Amino acid sequence: MTVELPEQRRALRSVQPEDRFALLGSLAAAASLAFLICRVLLPVDAVLGFAVVFFFAFICCYAVSVSFTQSGPHVRDRLASIVAHSLAATMLLALVVVVAFTFKRGASALRHWNFLTQDLSEAGPLQPLTEGGVLHAVLGTLIMITIALVLTVPLGILAAVYLSESRSKVSRFVRTIVEAMTALPSVIAGLFVYALIITGQRSLGFGQKSGLAASVALSVMMLPIVIRAADVVLRLVPGTLKEAAAALGASRWRIAWHVVMPTSRSGLMTAVILGTARGIGETSPVLLTAGYATGYNWDPFAGPMVSLPLATFSLTRSPEPTQIARGFGAAAVLMLLVLLLFVLARVIGGRGPGELTAHQRRRAGLRSARDLGRFDGYESAASHAWSAHPLPPPPPLNGRSL
Amino acid sequence: VKLDERPLVAVEDRPRQLESLPSRSDSAYLAITRGAGLAVLAIMLVIGGFLLMRALDAITSAGWGFLTTAEWQPDGGRFGIAAVLTGTVLIGLTAIVFAVPLALGTALYIAEYAPSRLKRLLINMVDLMAAVPSVVYGLWGFFLLQPQVLVVGPQGEGLPRWLATYLGWIPLFEVRQGGTSVDLRDPTVSGTAFTSSMFIAGMIVALMVAPVACSIMRESFSQAPLGEREGAYALGATKWGMIRSVVLPFGRGGMIGGTMLGLGRALGETIAVYMVLSIAFDVKVRLLESGGSSVSALIALRFGEASDFGTSALMAAGLSLFVLTLCVNFVASAAIARSRSGAVSDA
Repeated sequence: MTVELPEQRRALRSVQPEDRFALLGSLAAAASLAFLICRVLLPVDAVLGFAVVFFFAFICCYAVSVSFTQSGPHVRDRLASIVAHSLAATMLLALVVVVAFTFKRGASALRHWNFLTQDLSEAGPLQPLTEGGVLHAVLGTLIMITIALVLTVPLGILAAVYLSESRSKVSRFVRTIVEAMTALPSVIAGLFVYALIITGQRSLGFGQKSGLAASVALSVMMLPIVIRAADVVLRLVPGTLKEAAAALGASRWRIAWHVVMPTSRSGLMTAVILGTARGIGETSPVLLTAGYATGYNWDPFAGPMVSLPLATFSLTRSPEPTQIARGFGAAAVLMLLVLLLFVLARVIGGRGPGELTAHQRRRAGLRSARDLGRFDGYESAASHAWSAHPLPPPPPLNGRSL
Repeated sequence: VKLDERPLVAVEDRPRQLESLPSRSDSAYLAITRGAGLAVLAIMLVIGGFLLMRALDAITSAGWGFLTTAEWQPDGGRFGIAAVLTGTVLIGLTAIVFAVPLALGTALYIAEYAPSRLKRLLINMVDLMAAVPSVVYGLWGFFLLQPQVLVVGPQGEGLPRWLATYLGWIPLFEVRQGGTSVDLRDPTVSGTAFTSSMFIAGMIVALMVAPVACSIMRESFSQAPLGEREGAYALGATKWGMIRSVVLPFGRGGMIGGTMLGLGRALGETIAVYMVLSIAFDVKVRLLESGGSSVSALIALRFGEASDFGTSALMAAGLSLFVLTLCVNFVASAAIARSRSGAVSDA
């Protein structure tokens, strides 16, 4: 005889209601405990101290309350999860604070339109924020990064193609050296250009700081980064694609141009854009090589030229509040530029090799439809020719079997 | 004659010549890419050679004193990297101590705990954090972290003062003023004893290198094989048990590699350190005390007034820093390449 037990659904959710209660209860307990310790018992009056005490109190309370119902491994599991969550929250909070702080302090300068349409040649530290701006620094940044890109991108991508195509000892050596150069601190790249181009009796030099010198310093810093990133992207191109092209009789140049490049285009763009973002934000090489200017300078070959990070750095070293506000404004503009580049990199890149956008897929479809039409044309022409001049029947085999 | 009855003639088997002459466009293509590769090699060697040549000028004139002197007066003939290199290493280590737990926790969260809808966004945020210019971190450190979190008010309330008061007997946390150890329970000691210290510089750098380390760690964690994860679950492991027995051992190379790469970045960081630190040339391990030094900040501070020989001396200091970051980076890439997760990952 069987006993009919009422059917009970097992709860399959990993988060049970009592877990929520434990969590909320521990939060409340930890908050009160932290308040008690920080405000009443000990004179720890800082935000940081409160946060640390709160965190440890929370960990303890939660561990105790979970251990009422769960076994040891589960308690450890919960604690690990809490620690990972809080560390991630701390890090992301830090990012948000860094970005928000820059924009908040920069807002007082950015609020005035003249900040983006004027230079600083007329506006000294004592002029109000309604005069002067950082357009000259924006201009300088754009000139420097353009020259640096012209210098690094073709050379860097060609070198990366060489590294990914060639398997010789030389290419391995080049790869090792490039890898070593990614460790070069940017200030040393700046010092190198400073000593080689700007000063020193033995140097080839124009003898003055200039936008070009800064671009060269940025290029020295960016070149290994671009090569390294592009090399990684190019090596992700599936070997089968290249072999298929080779089997169809394509030459190496055709393979590189028609198979490797289109397949890795978005990755290469991402490599270049992220290299650009690094280059735009670098201060120390520019500090050593570009000089500081308060007015427009369109000529990269002569005279000091200032970039946004350098303007930020120089302006915020002043004790005057208006200059500091301008420095924060410049930093906010710089952040906007970096954000723009970053979003651009994510829109263009972020797809694996060979993945197409909707637009690209449509174009590829049209292309193959056109090819199909062309083949149909061939076929009908061939059958036409066949019916006009049929081939003679094959000769008899003379009793031999094939 | 029937076909089958014909005598077989043994023809000597001669392999065909398979050499293929590259077409004209092919040889141009090969020449151009090889030329670019060699040009890059030449540029890098010129940079290295120039640095080495100029640095050797200074090192040979300073002799062994270059490693043991703390002062920096190249034109007076007394200069060395004892102080600046110690400072650099201390700042780097402070940064790593703060950055590694943050990076590890964030990487684990993104790879294991985050809901899949959030994952993409979080990865992008961490990458963005790595792209934020260092001068912005410097501003944040100098105008927010130092005056409002770490050294608050005229007495400098905050973590450094707390550490110095209660752990001051450890040489690392001792604070001196004018050569004597200060009694921090005395409330009249002003907060300026704690500003512009290597500790604060290290904390700022920590935030800069944490995303770099985090993305490498996350990369290696996310490649932990699904079969082994499921095996761990099938044996009854909790999530943390699975992470501890599968994900962390699998990602060990990524963890070491990410840490070392972060350390390499931290050692070379210039502008954020230079904005916060007040440069002082003495060999010390007293992290919390105002004043310190680092090689990159030294270069940024002194390049303008340096004579020709002074520039050589700065290059010698720069070279020593470069050698340091180079070693750290090679350890990083070796750790990544040796690990199981490194076989497929880059970086």
